[in-house]
Amino acid sequence: MTEELFALLLTRYNYWMAIILMLIGLYALIAKQNLIKKIIGLNIFQTAIFLFYISFADVAGGTAPIYLPEGTGALYVNPVPHVLMLTAIVVGVSTTAVALSLIARIYQEYQVMDEDELLEVMRRP
Amino acid sequence: MNAVIAQLPVLLIVVSIVGALLILLAGKVNRNFSYPITLATISFQFAASLILLSAVMTGGTIHYYLGGWPPPMGIELVLDAFNSFVLVVILAMALLTAVWAREGAALDIPPEKTVPFFVVFQLLVTGLCGMTITGDIFNLYVFVEITSIAAYVLVASGRGARSLIAGFNYLVLGSIAAGFIVLGIGYLYVATGTLNMGELAAMLPASYGLATVHAAFLFLMIGFSIKVAFFPLHLWLPDAYTESPSVVTILIATTTSKVTAYAMIRVIFSVFTPQYITESFPVTEVILIIAAIAIIAGAVLAIAQDNLKRMLAYSSISQMGYIMFAIGIANQIALEGGLLHIMAHAVMKGCLFMVAGMIIYRTGISGIHQMSGLSRKMPLTCAAFALAGASMIGIPPTIGFMSKYYLVLGAVEAGQYLAAAVLLIGSLLAAVYIWRVIEIMYFGDHHEGGLHSGPEAPLSMLVPVLILAASCLLLGLFVDIPLEIIGPAVTLLLGGS
Repeated sequence: MTEELFALLLTRYNYWMAIILMLIGLYALIAKQNLIKKIIGLNIFQTAIFLFYISFADVAGGTAPIYLPEGTGALYVNPVPHVLMLTAIVVGVSTTAVALSLIARIYQEYQVMDEDELLEVMRRP
Repeated sequence: MNAVIAQLPVLLIVVSIVGALLILLAGKVNRNFSYPITLATISFQFAASLILLSAVMTGGTIHYYLGGWPPPMGIELVLDAFNSFVLVVILAMALLTAVWAREGAALDIPPEKTVPFFVVFQLLVTGLCGMTITGDIFNLYVFVEITSIAAYVLVASGRGARSLIAGFNYLVLGSIAAGFIVLGIGYLYVATGTLNMGELAAMLPASYGLATVHAAFLFLMIGFSIKVAFFPLHLWLPDAYTESPSVVTILIATTTSKVTAYAMIRVIFSVFTPQYITESFPVTEVILIIAAIAIIAGAVLAIAQDNLKRMLAYSSISQMGYIMFAIGIANQIALEGGLLHIMAHAVMKGCLFMVAGMIIYRTGISGIHQMSGLSRKMPLTCAAFALAGASMIGIPPTIGFMSKYYLVLGAVEAGQYLAAAVLLIGSLLAAVYIWRVIEIMYFGDHHEGGLHSGPEAPLSMLVPVLILAASCLLLGLFVDIPLEIIGPAVTLLLGGS
């Protein structure tokens, strides 16, 4: 049983890494007080998803999916997840841009960037 | 003419994006150009959606291959009875909101910000159209994100600094939800190797026993539940609805939440199948219990509010519970009620939020206790509120009654008598929070000095409100017309793809 588990840990380490990164991101998102650090957490979370997609697309010994002349065969890496992640990266960048500009505006209004302090400032009349 | 109709599905999105760019460019020249272009673009989209609906009703499902690439390679747009109906509903609501925004936008948006405001407004509508008509699940995610990012920006564009914080919280939760959705899609791709919804529906049953598929389902459900603000995951919603500009609240409450609910139903019934949620991975019972809690808790929280917009926001949480309830029962009649409720809730909540915005516009008050005797100052507005409120409670013959009637019938047919009772309790609680407002408006003492003098709100705000209030009644009286479309749509959902 433990051997199986160990084998699972070793052979599927790419997925474990993605999960660990994802949890680090979620932890930062929930536990960090500083709004910028929350957004860094969000970015780590999104990056973990990119890695997950890229790693399941890989084929052992596969090469870049470039069209070869007739007659030459090659083992390709699945290109679709890579393309999907290009789109997801664009989405992630836009989300980050909006989030950072919101934080900048919040800082202009309240001169604080900390969640607890923000709640305190908002409570004042 | 037929050649044009054949291209309409893609034009719906392309014209919308080009419209958004045009608003930006023309707005550079003169900011007064931005509003007419928005109105023209959304009018075009609404007309197109009506043509597409009639084409679908006569000719059956439309498949459009983008760039001429058939599904395994390319992305396809699909229009069937279900989504062409949703498309018409949301574009009608977007159009009425755009009409209302002529005067209503000035309430919260300073003049120098109108151009970017309408650009993002148009981008939101683009995203909604895309979400509705796409037949590719990753494409769905992209459009969900276009819609959401536009919504974060719009929510944060209120005058008060609190709207920034509401927007930020919405962004954080929305992005986590989007992450879960894209993870779920990844699992589906691992299990089947395709992203096309039709192919997924055909290939998934072979691997229904796999943990991968269960994980995909759960990730997608949690992601969409956050986006529609399904009860325990609703925390972003009350602030976002209360603090955002009135026009944004109307748009988001009537269109974004409905389209996200549509996407969720689409994923449950057309990507997965009714057999999956009842037999392979029985979750209907769980959905039903959470929906029942959502209905009751949302309504109880609504009763406790004094701010009118916040009360309506909590009421939205309760009403979204009704739509989830239909998924939990998952039989023909209940789903007809659920889809009818998507339309009914859009119409009546749009009307109620418009009235809340008009009261702020005319008098500047948002607290319910300050509204005493308001009916003498704004009789038409208050009458519209009373009518839409009656529909919210579910008084016959309004549309709100018809949708809840079908839900109760479906629950009884499924033998869920307790669940049917929950629906009735929900209606009773709705009566409490709606009646409280009506009582203060109509029977409260009139403070002449307390309110600004002046007649009703401007005509451009009054007309959409009256149209919506009348539809609450007329759609209920002529409920056969929407049911003619909804019936085939539900058959389609329950019969697989």
